[in-house]
Amino acid sequence: MKILVCLSNVPDTTTKVRFKDNNTSFDANGVQWIINPWDELALTRALELKEGSNGVITNVSVITVGEAFAEPTIRKALAIGADNAYRVNSIPKDAFFTAFQIAEIAKKESFDIIFAGIESSDYNGSMVGSMISEFLNISSVSSVSAVNIENNEIKVTREIPGGKEFLNVTAPLVAVVQKGIAINPRIPSMRGIMTARTKPLTVSEAVACDSLTEFVNYELPQPKGKCKMISADNVKELVQLLHNEAKVL
Amino acid sequence: MSVLVYTENWDGKFKKSTFELLSYANEIAKKLNTETIGISIGNVSTDELSNLGNYGANKVLSFSDSRISSLENTVFSSIISQAAIKVGAQVIILSNNLTGKAIAPRLSVKLKAGLVSAVVALPSSVEPFEVKKKAFTGSAFANVKVNSAIKILTLSQNSYQINQSEDVAIVENFEATINNADFKTKVTDTQKTTGKIILNDAEIIVSGGRGMKGPENWGAIEELASVLGAGTACSRPVSDEGWRSHDEHVGQTGKIVAPNLYFAIGISGAVQHVAGVSGSKCIVAVNTDKDATVFEVADYGIVGDARQVLPSLIEAFKEFKAEH
Ligand SMILES: Cc1cc2nc3c(=O)[nH]c(=O)nc-3n(C[C@H](O)[C@H](O)[C@H](O)COP(=O)(O)OP(=O)(O)OC[C@H]3O[C@@H](n4cnc5c(N)ncnc54)[C@H](O)[C@@H]3O)c2cc1C
Ligand SMILES: Nc1ncnc2c1ncn2[C@@H]1O[C@H](COP(=O)(O)O)[C@@H](O)[C@H]1O
Repeated sequence: MKILVCLSNVPDTTTKVRFKDNNTSFDANGVQWIINPWDELALTRALELKEGSNGVITNVSVITVGEAFAEPTIRKALAIGADNAYRVNSIPKDAFFTAFQIAEIAKKESFDIIFAGIESSDYNGSMVGSMISEFLNISSVSSVSAVNIENNEIKVTREIPGGKEFLNVTAPLVAVVQKGIAINPRIPSMRGIMTARTKPLTVSEAVACDSLTEFVNYELPQPKGKCKMISADNVKELVQLLHNEAKVL
Repeated sequence: MSVLVYTENWDGKFKKSTFELLSYANEIAKKLNTETIGISIGNVSTDELSNLGNYGANKVLSFSDSRISSLENTVFSSIISQAAIKVGAQVIILSNNLTGKAIAPRLSVKLKAGLVSAVVALPSSVEPFEVKKKAFTGSAFANVKVNSAIKILTLSQNSYQINQSEDVAIVENFEATINNADFKTKVTDTQKTTGKIILNDAEIIVSGGRGMKGPENWGAIEELASVLGAGTACSRPVSDEGWRSHDEHVGQTGKIVAPNLYFAIGISGAVQHVAGVSGSKCIVAVNTDKDATVFEVADYGIVGDARQVLPSLIEAFKEFKAEH
């Protein structure tokens, strides 16, 4: 069995978001880039599955659609334990384009499980994973909070409003993961960092594909009106304000 | 030509988020001079379906099939795309909830239709088609242009006001082809937390953070929630510590909620927490630290110890509820 983990290269989640060129593009000046937190957890789970599989899972690969500046993120994933990596050398123009590129590689390599995160922390698309499944014409499960393999059967837990569903899924599939898939992300070991340098990283050029959407410009949220402070001794005033002013009671 | 809405049902009933979608879709349909059509999947009574007219649906297509018992993304996206082709949908609208996120991307590829997720407002223009969405986990908005003939949007919950009328919708059965081979996932078991208000549906949420000091103090949060008919939530460290169950965790890595009223009790207001609650209409914060960042996002604030403030809040709301 082979697993592919999709990695989106995103600004560190504590980044102070700023825009430039008349608010038409993200200001990456001084920004620290990281593996999208969901993808880091997906990679962690993929490696746990491989280790617990008695050799059934032979390979955990990672893939990023991005320009060369995404390579530190890929190297980190290799240092954490991925066996090999793919990079499609292009700006990820939009989710449709990005998913198409990943599907093109997946067609050649036939992975059994493809992991993607529920959303990238920058553009918040929640799209790429499920789009890959449609390009490949295979099944997808979204809101996945656990994946286990028992007797060659893939068991998936899906979050639903107010509960969970437990599913059996036949491979191949795309699992779009969220909270719960792994508890703490793995961090690279010293040995991992050393071996990462020699692990295979295949770079290819993008295959022609339209993009369907474009980000025109950005806005920062309106600063909130000043918070109205109420004395702890007079909470009745709060109740009245919520009723008469905010009209939420 | 039409605007098509996926009208999701829960055990045969529609919810507020469905009504928001229809009201929103109807406004776009007016701009495009066309009609609003709903597509429903599963067993729903004709009354329930025709009532969707109250919220803006001119017509509802109803598909049901005994093979469908849970969400099968392949099948659902196939049915909606067949409906879209049949009614010549120019715009397709789904909720930005778990279901919408699972099927809209598949639909986008099937129809080669540009998808914008987490949309928060009506399109600023329909020609070219441009619409505003959340980005950077709530720290910004982006205006996105869609260049394809068909456009797909997933609408953030609580971001559009429901418009209600007396109109009823025409209900039609819809025939779509689905293949046995498309059912590749099988639900073997379901676990539901009963008796609790589902956070995504809650109008009011009372949420506690590390400032609550320990799980033994949650009685007051639960009591306040029960007085208000609210759901309960918590910050990430609280669920990490096991003080509360994981399904209460809100924020960037937990649930995204957008109630009318959100109480942040003993929560510092870290950016990752705020990312999950910034869509709330009104935020009330209680914190011992007058400089806590949570007061920058709150509408109303009380500086004080939760252990003293909560009992007086409970009393005050009880009094209010007795009068109203
Ligand atoms: C990648 C990433 C993702 C994250 N995702 C999330 C997420 O989804 N959700 C989330 O919540 N966090 C998330 N976090 C963690 C986040 O950064 C904060 O650490 C967390 O939100 C803090 O929780 P808190 O406010 O409960 O605790 P603290 O920051 O410890 O704040 C406690 C607050 O309580 C106040 N207080 C103390 N005593 C009292 C009292 N007696 N009465 C009233 N107030 C009192 C204090 O003044 C303080 O403001 C994430 C972090 C990272 C790095
Ligand atoms: N450029 C990319 N390269 C590889 N994987 C990606 C890329 N963008 C998004 N993904 C994957 O798709 C998930 C959801 O991203 P998005 O649809 O952008 O919100 C991410 O968590 C990644 O797993």
